[in-house]
Amino acid sequence: MSSEQASLHVDIEHHKESFISKYIFSYDHKMIGKQYMITALIWALIGMGLSWVMRIQLAYPGQQIPIFETLLGRYAEGGILAPEYYIAMMTMHGTIMVFFVLTAGLVGTFGNFLIPLQIGARDMAFPLINMLSYWTFFLASVVMLLSFFVESGPAAAGWTAYPPLSALSSAIPGSGAGQSLWLLSIALFIVSSLFGSLNYIVTVLNLRTKGMTLGRMPLTVWAVFIAAILGLLAFPVLLAGAIMLLLDKHLATSFFIPAGLYVGDALLSYEGGSPILWQHIFWFFGHPEVYIVALPALGICSEVIATCARKPLFGYKAMIASLLAIAFLSFIVWGHHMFVSGMNPFLGSVFVLTTILIAVPSAVKVFNWLTTLWRGKIHYTPGMLFAMGLVSLFITGGLTGIFLGNAPIDIQLHDTYFVVAHFHFVMGAAALFGIFAGIYHWFPKMYGRMMSNMWGRIHFWLTFVGIYLIFFPMHFMGTTGVPRRYYAFTEFEYTMQYGGMNEFITIATLITGAAQVIFLVNFFGSMFFGKKAETNPWKAATLEWTTDDPMPGHGNWKGEIPTVYRGPHEYSTPDGKEDFILQTDSTGFGKMDKE
Amino acid sequence: MKTSGRLDGLLFVLFFVIGVVVCIWYLVGHDPGFLPLASEHGGFIDSLFMATLIITGIVFILTHLLLVYFAFRYKGSGNGDKAFWYPDNKKLEIIWTVIPAVIIISLIVVGQVGWGKIFHTEPPDDAFVVEIVGEQFVWNIRYPGEDGEFGRTIPELISRANPIGLDPTDPASEDDIMLLNELRIPLDYPVLLKIRSKDVIHSVFLPNFRVKMDAVPGMTTTFSFTPTMEGEFDLVCAELCGLGHYRMRGYVVVQPMDELEEWLIEQREME
Repeated sequence: MSSEQASLHVDIEHHKESFISKYIFSYDHKMIGKQYMITALIWALIGMGLSWVMRIQLAYPGQQIPIFETLLGRYAEGGILAPEYYIAMMTMHGTIMVFFVLTAGLVGTFGNFLIPLQIGARDMAFPLINMLSYWTFFLASVVMLLSFFVESGPAAAGWTAYPPLSALSSAIPGSGAGQSLWLLSIALFIVSSLFGSLNYIVTVLNLRTKGMTLGRMPLTVWAVFIAAILGLLAFPVLLAGAIMLLLDKHLATSFFIPAGLYVGDALLSYEGGSPILWQHIFWFFGHPEVYIVALPALGICSEVIATCARKPLFGYKAMIASLLAIAFLSFIVWGHHMFVSGMNPFLGSVFVLTTILIAVPSAVKVFNWLTTLWRGKIHYTPGMLFAMGLVSLFITGGLTGIFLGNAPIDIQLHDTYFVVAHFHFVMGAAALFGIFAGIYHWFPKMYGRMMSNMWGRIHFWLTFVGIYLIFFPMHFMGTTGVPRRYYAFTEFEYTMQYGGMNEFITIATLITGAAQVIFLVNFFGSMFFGKKAETNPWKAATLEWTTDDPMPGHGNWKGEIPTVYRGPHEYSTPDGKEDFILQTDSTGFGKMDKE
Repeated sequence: MKTSGRLDGLLFVLFFVIGVVVCIWYLVGHDPGFLPLASEHGGFIDSLFMATLIITGIVFILTHLLLVYFAFRYKGSGNGDKAFWYPDNKKLEIIWTVIPAVIIISLIVVGQVGWGKIFHTEPPDDAFVVEIVGEQFVWNIRYPGEDGEFGRTIPELISRANPIGLDPTDPASEDDIMLLNELRIPLDYPVLLKIRSKDVIHSVFLPNFRVKMDAVPGMTTTFSFTPTMEGEFDLVCAELCGLGHYRMRGYVVVQPMDELEEWLIEQREME
């Protein structure tokens, strides 16, 4: 333990914290992680509410839904949601889920909560920057929330914000103040994310306890570490793009807008820009972003599966190598979003190769998880169920990626519901399952209490089956060519044949959404009334379960930070007395090694 | 740590079996849901889709079989009894890195051969050329007329009466034929679409023809293909373009070349 860390620790012991320094402007990585988690949960409820609005509209287009007017006011006069506001709701659903729920909910929550605990550090390398990271995120949240209430409505050019649609308020009302606030909020979000990423990287590199070599780190830490590097390299590109788009909107520059546009009965005075440029910038960020979200979820999945199957994670090194391979490839695949964008088709060929190659490390991950389960002693905790559910969702969503990544098939499937199904499986639902697995698994460490096992399992089964019922049928709509981002499927005969299926999907969405109440009650109820947790309720081998208290205070360990002697997954080793050996167990090491 | 996993294991198996049965039942009744095929290159896209469906389908079923079987079979008692210690097997891992890589690379190679045929083959000089100009929320269709050349367009001239800003002083524009939302193309004859947009990005999507290409303001994109079925089909917008995106509807009419030529002459005379 370094002397600075010791003095920090002493400081905290002697200094009685006020409510504000403990719960609001906290420097404690665990509290910051929880702040991210709660904020992301609130955003998830809003995002889910928006998906309900979209689904009800798609199942019952043109019908008066009185509750729409009550909830959405002028966006749904007479109970009929206006098309421009349907698109706005859809845009906000995507934005909220990708940035505020999945990115913040995974990297923000588990990066903060787990890194210091699992590598044996008192806190993050820069606690102040960590605190600022959350509050910048909070500010981004406030700005995004405000955009719902501006006169012309929130942003309405999709979460990808393709110009010229996103740049011109005469093209759609949401591209007025709503889109400007959107860009501002995303810019703030990026700043927050950069604060976080820097912190995670420095902490992992510098603050590991004695014996915690890189090769002994749990997969969660590896995954967040790699995701942080992705964030550090990808997010600034979007920041630049967002600023350029803001300039186009407000200072009449023409980065993305070509000459001769005629919109809303008027010729515009822009000249020289290219809408394709934005797509390159956006997806250069956007594709790594998929993995900024996915990698931590995969890391959580690996840890939970090893712990609850009571087996060492099969091929630990291959699991790290596959994370690295996916991360590297993610930077050179962005063009697969642009096969039919007008980009040179030859360039498309290159992106096909890199894109489909991602299937190889992804397949390795799946096979290694399966082998970890083989001849295990599976303990069906809710966390384990969600981790196993993640494996299933990752397989399904990963395999449909092989269709979309092969450019000729993408000609037909691009921008159809097949894509909607694909990314909701592999990015949306799989990452969400990562969040759930993480929350159920580390809740005892977060709040010192247990969540209800039975309600957790009911929550899992309703959600898991629900996800398949909602998104699987969309593949069929996609192969028929039903386009995404449609306000209604009433205008084409071939899209109308799916009326019944759309109604079915909507009902499944409503039920699956309602089932999340079970989680919320379990979560908040257990926080106060749950059974008191032991220090190590899952009999896990990693460092966070060695703290003195079930719910460690600031500084994490009361005494010295423990030294690490072995890898993170020593489960069911032939020579161990129990079916797990803590990383801190020095049995079998000579006195010299211990010193 | 007590966890009653028998039920969960069983549920995994049940869910998988019911899911696969429902899926196969649906697939048998609907194929994968493709609309009737009406273009030459579309056959390749459909077969590549089917080949991928079969390969991924097998992988899906095998991996899920293992997942649900393990879930069902390897339930722990919670008494601290040990699992089978098996941390590593280099050989196994190399095998399941190499096999997916080989399968995937063959899919890429096959795909790229087709991709090359669709995009890297120059359309013949006498291809039937049509211009499609996207606009919120209609499709302006233009034929070059007898001279085979499109007249110049100037954005400053755009008005309600002149939706794409055709320059009347250009001799080539005299015989251009303009239509709204109606794309007529010849049967069994190479067609070259020249695609533009006046305002935001749209995407020309002809689901029956397996054709899709964005209409990007400021540039001209192209797609060439050969229609193989007579009849009327949909022209759909596939890129979010504003509040009327969902109703930006056009028609495609495929008819024999001689009928189409007659029809074009009629249109010319009407103008």
